[in-house]
Amino acid sequence: GIPIRTNLDNSTTVQYAGLLHQLTMKARSTVRDIDPQNDLTFLRIRSKKHEIMVAPDKEYLLIVIQNPCE
Amino acid sequence: MEIIYVYTRKRSEFGRPCSFSDRPAKVSVDIPPDPGMASGFVLRNPVDSSVQHTSDMSEHEVNTERVEVESRGVNHVEGGWPKDINPQEVEQTIRFRKKVEKDENYINTIAHLGALMEHCVKQNNAINVYEEYFGEEEVAEVEDEPPSAKTINVISKLTSFFDVLLPKRDPNVTKRTATHLSWHPNTCKKLAVAYSSLEFQQNMKEMSFDSYIWDLENPNKPELVLKPSSPLVSLEYNPKDSHVLVGGCYNGQMAPFPSQAYWDTRKGGLPVEMSTVEFSHRDPVYGAIWLQSKTGTECFSASTDGQVLWWDIRKLSEPTDTLVLDITRKGLLENALGAVTLEFEPTMPTKFMVGTEQGIVIACNRKAKTPSEKITSTYSGHHGPVCALARNPFYPKIFLTVGDWTARIWSEETKESSIMWTKYHLSYLTDGCWSTVRPAVFFTTRSDGTLDVWDFLFKQNDPSLSLKVCDEPLSSLRLQDNGCVVGCGSKLGTVTLLEISSGFCTLQRNEKNLVNAMFERETKREKILEARHREMRLKERARSEGQEMEVEEMPVESPHDVLERTRREFFEVIEAELQRRARAETQPLHGKLKDHAGEEAAAQGEETQLPKDREEEEEEKDAA
Repeated sequence: GIPIRTNLDNSTTVQYAGLLHQLTMKARSTVRDIDPQNDLTFLRIRSKKHEIMVAPDKEYLLIVIQNPCE
Repeated sequence: MEIIYVYTRKRSEFGRPCSFSDRPAKVSVDIPPDPGMASGFVLRNPVDSSVQHTSDMSEHEVNTERVEVESRGVNHVEGGWPKDINPQEVEQTIRFRKKVEKDENYINTIAHLGALMEHCVKQNNAINVYEEYFGEEEVAEVEDEPPSAKTINVISKLTSFFDVLLPKRDPNVTKRTATHLSWHPNTCKKLAVAYSSLEFQQNMKEMSFDSYIWDLENPNKPELVLKPSSPLVSLEYNPKDSHVLVGGCYNGQMAPFPSQAYWDTRKGGLPVEMSTVEFSHRDPVYGAIWLQSKTGTECFSASTDGQVLWWDIRKLSEPTDTLVLDITRKGLLENALGAVTLEFEPTMPTKFMVGTEQGIVIACNRKAKTPSEKITSTYSGHHGPVCALARNPFYPKIFLTVGDWTARIWSEETKESSIMWTKYHLSYLTDGCWSTVRPAVFFTTRSDGTLDVWDFLFKQNDPSLSLKVCDEPLSSLRLQDNGCVVGCGSKLGTVTLLEISSGFCTLQRNEKNLVNAMFERETKREKILEARHREMRLKERARSEGQEMEVEEMPVESPHDVLERTRREFFEVIEAELQRRARAETQPLHGKLKDHAGEEAAAQGEETQLPKDREEEEEEKDAA
């Protein structure tokens, strides 16, 4: 997808956008496969270094990368 | 039986129409059942009849298509732009972005998503959802399983091996004792075993001199056969160069062997060099250990002729250094004690210890200036030869000696007696070693074929695990470096490998602290006892010297006063002792031991006063 607004550098943004878009599509299709009435509202990926949160919508996608407080 | 009904008609009446009429039934023949015929038949009971009621099944094969997985890299290029906008041009992209930002839908969506995201971010900030909640509890899993060990491999010399290769040999090959085991330093998959007959003047004509290197994966045929000129009594892998082994022979020579031959076993079977007979030991070499040196070629050996020789294996024509184990420190060979085991700790390169036939352990310092100073201290405590000597890998000041019927643990500081010892067993103890992973665990083997595993944090009077390995005496024991597998060699040459349960191989919680505390406590107790002994001895000496003087000193105090004083002191001491004992009983176990040690010393100190008081009383009575 195309990044509209970002505060990271361009290449990182493009990478995140592309990868997370695909992942979100996959997650959404998984959720709907299990229960067609269901839909994906939020996706959180927690890794060793930080947490990536994705809020999907019909047309747009909001991605936030946070350092969890530990 | 035929049923015949004759129907007659005149010829002239042929062809006339028949007229049928009903007639009631008439019995033509009645055949009653004849029971007499039943004897020709046999009643069948039960009658087997099969009935099946199952659902009908059909067979159907399914084969999923094989998924082919391929790794591919993805190159992220900006895509998804509408056709009219060139992603490389910054102006166009900026314009597009601005346009999108003005879109109402966009604004609504972002507001909505933003709110959602904010909620989650705040959640994250508030608590850490994925923290380790039960981290400590995982560690607290106690090993509930009972200690056990299972045999994983039994290696015995196959006599048929000899029949096949050397048919001229006597088929009953004399069984030889597996006297020494050494694990391969890195891989721990190979075991070198030295075989020899330790019986004095045994008939050695039919006995072969070979020693073997076994690969654990193939217990039937040794990987490598070592052929020295005289049977090997001890055998050790070089920890630096795992292809070289050094062996100490029955006739006193030393022989290094390369074992590098996976492809040509004959080349690796012969020793590289043998030490010359003139300069070697006169008796079997019972201990041979590699030294820690830069070249990795130095080793030293000890034997029952009372000498310890240092060698460099590149030049085995004469030893580089010698030491005579004479505890009178005169260096005389006649007084020397025969050495049975040798111990060397790589972290303390100048010190080493020797266990002797006479039951004395000698600690020596290699770098001493004069030969008389080389022997630093002696520890005597065994009634028979010290079969094994090992330092605790975690606490190098503590070492274990195994000899006669007991195993004893010593601290380097207390020279008079061992700090801990096992009870006297029914059979000789033949070998022992510490566990490499747990400081409180050690193993001993007995001459009735039992392997004992001792854990003195768990039980102090008995071994934690006692396994009967075989019927013949076990002669040697060696623990693999990972601490889980132990190999024991028996008198008839069978080497059994046992895997001990994981309770013995994993370090328990707090174990190091507890073991440390225990050792310190016992050392302290011994020191106090030593001090008391010394005091008593001094007093004995002083008393025997000053006995002439005492007769003159007596009339200073009137006898009656002295009696009063001593009686008072006596009762005071008794009361104090009773109070202390009562106090001690209410305290917990740990404290009790410490108190006991202090108590004992205090009580015994006072007790020594008591007999002295009484003696003084008696002497005064005699004088008065």
